[in-house]
Order: sequence, then C-alpha cells, then structure tokens
Amino acid sequence: MSATGDTHVHDDHDVHHHKETFVTKYIFSQDHKMIAKQYLLTGVIIMGIIGILMSLMIRMQIAWPEQPNVIFESLLGKWAPGGVMDADIYLALVTIHGTIMVFFVLTAGLSGTFSNLLIPLQIGARDMASGFLNMISYWLFFVSCVIMILSFFVEAGPAAAGWTIYPPLSALPLAQGGSGMGMTLWLVSMAIFIASSLLGSLNYIVTVINLRTKGMSMTRLPLTIWAFFVTAVIGVISFPVLLSAALLLIMDRSFGTSFFLSDIFIQGEVLHYQGGSPVLFEHLFWFLGHPEVYIVLLPALGITSEIIATNSRKPIFGYRAMVASILAIAFLSTIVWGHHMFISGMNPFLGSVFTFTTLLIAIPSAVKAFNYITTLWKGNLQMNPAMLFSIGLVSTFITGGLTGIILGDSALDINVHDTYFVVAHFHLVMGISALYGVFAGVYHWFPRMFGRMMNKNLGYLHFWVTAVCAYGVFFPMHFIGMAGLPRRYYTNSNFPLFDDTTNAQLVITMFALVGGAVQIVFLYNFISSIFYGKKAEQNPWKSNTLEWTAPVKHMHGNWPGEIPHVYRWSYDYSKPGHDDDFVPQNVPMKEGEEELHH
Amino acid sequence: MTALLTILIVLFVAVALWQMVKIFDLAQIGDSNTQIADDKDNRINGYLMIGFLIFIYAITILSFMYLGDLPLISNSAAEHGPGIDNLMIISMVVIFIVQIVTQFLLHYFAYKYKGEKGKKALFYADNNTLEAVWTGIPVIVLAGLIIYGLFTWNDIMTIDEDKDPMVVELYAQQFNWKARYGGEDNVLGKANVRLIDLDNANILGVDESDPNAQDDVIVTELHLPVGKPVLFKMRSQDVLHSAYMPHFRAQMNCVPGMVTQFAFTPTVTTAEMRQNPDIQDKVKNINELRIERQAEIEEAGQDLLYEFDYLLLCNKICGKSHYNMQMKIVVETQEEFDAWIKEQKTFENSLLN
Repeated sequence: MSATGDTHVHDDHDVHHHKETFVTKYIFSQDHKMIAKQYLLTGVIIMGIIGILMSLMIRMQIAWPEQPNVIFESLLGKWAPGGVMDADIYLALVTIHGTIMVFFVLTAGLSGTFSNLLIPLQIGARDMASGFLNMISYWLFFVSCVIMILSFFVEAGPAAAGWTIYPPLSALPLAQGGSGMGMTLWLVSMAIFIASSLLGSLNYIVTVINLRTKGMSMTRLPLTIWAFFVTAVIGVISFPVLLSAALLLIMDRSFGTSFFLSDIFIQGEVLHYQGGSPVLFEHLFWFLGHPEVYIVLLPALGITSEIIATNSRKPIFGYRAMVASILAIAFLSTIVWGHHMFISGMNPFLGSVFTFTTLLIAIPSAVKAFNYITTLWKGNLQMNPAMLFSIGLVSTFITGGLTGIILGDSALDINVHDTYFVVAHFHLVMGISALYGVFAGVYHWFPRMFGRMMNKNLGYLHFWVTAVCAYGVFFPMHFIGMAGLPRRYYTNSNFPLFDDTTNAQLVITMFALVGGAVQIVFLYNFISSIFYGKKAEQNPWKSNTLEWTAPVKHMHGNWPGEIPHVYRWSYDYSKPGHDDDFVPQNVPMKEGEEELHH
Repeated sequence: MTALLTILIVLFVAVALWQMVKIFDLAQIGDSNTQIADDKDNRINGYLMIGFLIFIYAITILSFMYLGDLPLISNSAAEHGPGIDNLMIISMVVIFIVQIVTQFLLHYFAYKYKGEKGKKALFYADNNTLEAVWTGIPVIVLAGLIIYGLFTWNDIMTIDEDKDPMVVELYAQQFNWKARYGGEDNVLGKANVRLIDLDNANILGVDESDPNAQDDVIVTELHLPVGKPVLFKMRSQDVLHSAYMPHFRAQMNCVPGMVTQFAFTPTVTTAEMRQNPDIQDKVKNINELRIERQAEIEEAGQDLLYEFDYLLLCNKICGKSHYNMQMKIVVETQEEFDAWIKEQKTFENSLLN
C-alpha cells in the first residue's frame, strides 16, 4: 500500500468521523475495533456465561442424578418438574452447551474478537477490507445467537440430538421432541451463523493479503496474524460443507427427500424414506467438524505465540517452523475427519487411512509445543496474567493432545469411542486450551481495547483457581471413560457396573462448580476495569507489534498520521546491539544490522 | 414461589461473591500498582508454577491410586482383546513419559527463568538441528504406533469366514436390543423394516416367506458359546445406535438402512469371569458403595447387590432413554448354549398366525 493511498483513506475517515452518531458508533458500527468489542461482549461474555451455566447444570445432574434441585426448578421450569431434571432436557443441555461453546464462543467469539481487533492493527491497515461486510457479519452472528437462545422457549424444547445432530435422530420429530421446532431453529441459527462466519473469514483473508503496510512481508507477519489468516482459510473451505449438510437435512426434514434416511420404522409406522445414508451426513458434518477443532485452536495458539514471546522477552523459537506447522495442521485437518467415524460402519480400510493421517497431525503439534517450551528457555519471563494463561494453554494442549494418540488409533478407538475419555480429551485440548487463549487475549489486549488495565492480582486468582479446576475436572474423567462409561447418559443408576465411578463424578462436579464460580472474578475484573481500571500506557507490555504504536484512544483509521512502515519481524526481543529489550517493527534497521531469524 | 426464591438466593450469592472480589480489589488501591507484573509477581508465580507441576503429578498419582482399577486394560473377554490392551498400554506408557517430561520442562522453565529487572533474555531465534530432532522423534515413535495400530485394526476388522462363525443379528430400536440367531442353518433370514408386522408379532421385519428365516431365533438376552467366533450383523430400525460391548473390546454403530458388522471370539465365560479376583474386588467394592445407598436403591426398585454380567450398551445418543438401553450378555459353554437355544422359540413358531 502506498503512502499516498493511506493518507487518502485516512481523510475519508476523518470526514466520516464528524457525522458519527450513537447508532453508527456503538450499534451499526463499521469500525473493526468496535466490532471486535461487540463480538467480545456477545460471543465470549454473554454466550460464554450461558454455555458455562449449562455445563454446570449437566455436571450437577451427573453428580446427583434424578434428585430434586432447586436450581433446576428455577432455571428449567417445566422441564424440571419438582426440581428433577427431565431426560430430554438433559440431552438438550448437552446439545446446546456443545453448540454454543464450539461455535458461538470459541469460533465467533474468539476469531471475531481477536481477528477483528488485531488484523488491521498488527498488519498496519486503517480498517478491514470491507467495514460494511464486517458489520453485516456481526449482526448475522447476533441474530443466530438470538435464534439459538429462543429455541429454549419452543413447546417441545430445543434441539437435543447432540451438537453433531446426526440424523435420523435429528430428522424425525417422532424420535425425539427436540427434533421438531427446536431442531428447525437450530438449523436456521446455524445457517445464519455460517453465513456470518464466511463473511468474516473472507474479510480477514482479503485484509491480510491486500492491506499489509509497507514492509510487512508475509515472513514478517506476527504469528497471531498467520494463525487468524489460516483459520479463516480453513473456515472458508469447510463451513460451506456444513451448510450443505444442514440444507440437505432441512430437505429431508421438510420436503420428504431421502439424503440421509432410509428404511425407518418408528412409533408403529414405516416412513417413506429410502436410499439415503446417515453415514453420508457424518462425512459431511465431520468434513467441517474436524477442521472446526483447529478453527477453534489455531487462533488461541496464535495469541499464545505472541504473548509468550512478548512476556519471555525473547523471539518466538523457530518462527518458520511455527508457520510451517500452522500450514501443516491446516492441511492435515481437512483429511482426518474420518477418525470420528471408525465405527460408523464405513469401510475398515478407510479407517486405516484416517488413522495414518490423524497421527501425522501429532508431528506439527509436537513441534509447536516444543517450540513454546524452548521460547521460555533462558527468557526473562514477565508473569502477567496473559502469560500465565498462555503457559496454561501449552500445558493443557500437551495433556489433551497426547490422548489424541489413543483416540486417533482406530484399534484403540473401538473401546473408548463416545465414552468420557473422549469428553476429557477434547475438553482439554480444544475447550480449555482455546478458552485459555481467549482469556490470555483479553488480559493482554484489554489496554488496547479499553485504554485501561485489568487488575493483575484478580487475574492471578482467576488463573490459578481455573487451572487447578480444569485439571481437577478433566484428568480423572479419562479414567471414567476407560472404565467404559458412555457419554450423554442422563444417569448411570441403571448400570450398577459403573457404581464405582460415582465418587469420581462427585469430585469432578465439585471442581467444576468451583471453576465455574471463579469466573465471576474474571467477570468482575473485566467489567470494573472498563470503567475504573488504571489508565493504560501506550505500550504497557513493551511489545514489538504495530497495534501498540497506535494512540491509546481509539480513532477511525487507527493512526493519526501516516501508517507506520515495517522494517523487521515482530520478534526482535532482547536483540544484541539494542539498549532496550524490544525493538518495535516500525524501527528501521541500524546500519549493518541483520534480520537474524532468516 | 420457591423458584423465585432460589433465583433471588443465587443472585444474592453472586452479588456477595462480587462484593468479596471488590473488597479484594479495593484493598490494593494505594499500592503504586501499575497492573504489570513486577519482580515480586514474577517470583511468586514462578514458585506457583512449581507448585502447579507438583499438582499435576499429584493428581496423576492420586487418579491412579483411587481410579486405577477402573480402566478396562486387563481381563478382556475376547480373543482380540489382549491385542488392543497391549497397544493401549504401550500408548499409555509413551504418553506418560512425554507428559511427565514436557510438563516438567514447561513449568520448570517458567520457574527457572522468571523475570528480574535488569536481566536480559537470550536472543535465540532458531536452531535447525534441535527442530530436526523434535520433528524426528515424534515421527519415529508415531510410525511405530501407527504400524502396530494398523496391524491390530486389520486383525480385528478382517472377518475370517473360514472359521465358520456363528451369525448373530443385533437389532436396535428405541430403546432396547434384540438378538437374532440364524438357527440350525446358521443363516439369517432376509429382513427389512418394511416387513414389520406387529399384528403378527413379526417385530424385526423378518421375511416370513424366506425359508432361511423359519428357524431363526429372536431373543432379548444375548447368549454366546465360549471359544466360538461370532459374526455380528447390526441393524437399527429407527435412529443411530451403537452396539458397545466394553468387556469384549467391541463396538459398532447400528445404522438404519444398512447392515454393519463386527466379529469376535469370546474367551471367558460369565461364570469364569465372576471368579476372576480383579472382578471380585470390583464387585465387592461396588456392593459396599451400594449398601451405603441402600434406601435410594431399594426405592428405585433395583436389586441391592450387584453381580457381574457382561453387557451390551447403546453408545450413540438415540433419544430420551438412551441412558437405559442395554442387554445382558451371557457367555457359557457350548453345552449350556445348546441347551438354552433349544428352549427358545423359532421365528416360525413365534408368529401369531
């Protein structure tokens, strides 16, 4: 982008600035920083609270099955007659908890907040390529959130077929109450969500490719941007496939087609469906579903890369290997979906192929983990809350990732498939890890978003209690799974065989309740810091990336004058020959200075 | 009314927590606090990192002590079971070594290199040898695991028709299981849900005109002769179900519109398994827990004392009563099996007309 072009854009924004009203500034805003905050509030905070509350209700039901609970009575109303949770609503909670956390919090919330905030600021752009599309993307997301929540208020209850909505269960209202209006709303909400996600992703891709400032070559991009960029690419490749699966499912449900259904006898009648296959749906679903794991995880890893380097006061170790492993993970993520389907009835030979590709993914993942650890080595670690969450992420990423070696192995998957082992695995490796990424990002970029600092001591309290509880919940859960206890059981009381898991379940629920409660500390810290937090300096963490060169007070176009030019990569921390332990990207090379990472 | 009260109470508790946090927050005002970690924070959190490392190790050890007898990695009751169990144990050993070492490095470095004012970090951006090493090691280890895994998988999934397996259909419907034996000819009669005729008690949709179907036997309790290969053909009439037999390390989805299959050879009879010391310990432990909850269990109308049985569970979400879709499996000697199956009605005789 030429300097003259930049000035021109800037002038446009200046004129626009004076016409700004409350509505255009706070509601239908086209400014990427405001949209990021909107995503943070809707996607992370509000949907996050709802999703976590659901998980706590699920845990309470598992620990004290079929017992009256006043919390159920008050929150679930008619679905908890006398305070005893109904089996249908249990499945609905499991379903909507999964949907909200995976899609709304950790896809839209995470990418929406940080891609929007950081892509223009870190690459040196005035705004997203299309502010208008960006605004549309947020408001579509908002509508899909509203529809998903509304589904709790329909007569027969919300969708309850699991977040994977496998037909025929999801297709037949006769099979389950939630597969009526509730599932219709789920599908409509997800279709709108996918449209929102695609608009967002296209915008991120175009922005990163076209709007980098002078000197910001791809090899100087911060790893955050690499991660957001590749995430957006995976999203554009795989989300449309889920959309087509959803549309075909809508056809089967409402227009009598037989894409996924065949030979069904239910409640005394034979249905007309013939020739379809539920396995086809599973393929289409997991063609998104597995890349989705990395859509959730990669941005969190990108955030971690940035925060670990900054707070270690060291360059990220092996920048090129990190970029290569992001690309490798992205590529492999699209050819491993079958490991969710080893025992779906597909050809066992396919199982072998998918075992092979799945275990390959462990290699770039291992490279990333080792590179993080080496980045810490001989660093000067600044233990800010964001740093703690980043280290915590690496820890849960390793613990959770390792059990993937078992689940990805088709022979071993036979006996732990769909048990609590799987629940423990994916919650650690993508749920908790990605949540830590969100928290790390919020603590780190809060000064950038709100011009104030969050309270660090509350941050420490938040991290340590959360970290202990996360392991307390999910580590013992592996053992319950290996005992053969299936997930998604409303109660295990009909299986005396599993009675010896009940104490462990109780302990897990206790950890979950404490871990859930401590999020109030975060919430308090977040809200009160917006208003009363200490005023932030321009570059509180002494970071190299461009977002910290912009003024603390937000403005349209991000920089008052010319956009800073970039002369080096973003990881010149503690570089020999410089007095400070950081050299921002917009500082020109000294005479004779070399770019050492090449 | 109670609902309103609880909402109020929950609200008050939340407000109380909020206020407590606020006091904590206010207590720090006056500190010349920049909200950026200083040396003291680095030191404290560095020590906490070591504390957390100990916590991770402790929870690992405690889980093994108290939950270590839960995992099904011994006492498999099928011929292919030890193959899976060995692979599981090898994978677990690899995982635990990697887990212990990497968590140590991560948290120890976080402690060791905690920040101090005036210290400068080492500018260390790249080392191709190191990276080659830790790309290479996972490649080798994973190659081993993949190869072992694929051989195990192939062995399990390749069905050897020469061994003359007994053919059994597992039939799933919301929310129960049926089993159908091929009868004398060991051939299952053709079936389709379109042939279901409830008025004629033809509940599985077996083709009444198929000669192979006449001697089929339909039961609600699965009996298997020990040492005899069994080929399961799975069907479902309504939604996806999954036939999960954890003790036999066996699982396969039941998919409406298609027939899926899984084969194994049971090796331990129910009676023998009940005599297994590990299982006896487990049963004793379970019964102690059940006696503690005596009132609750009797109220639910269950037997107080638990006796070990093999089970077939549904392991794919299938609707409201998914949590109680099970069938007992009895493994017995060939003689016992023959005597049992003789007592069962054949399909021909089970029809009403």
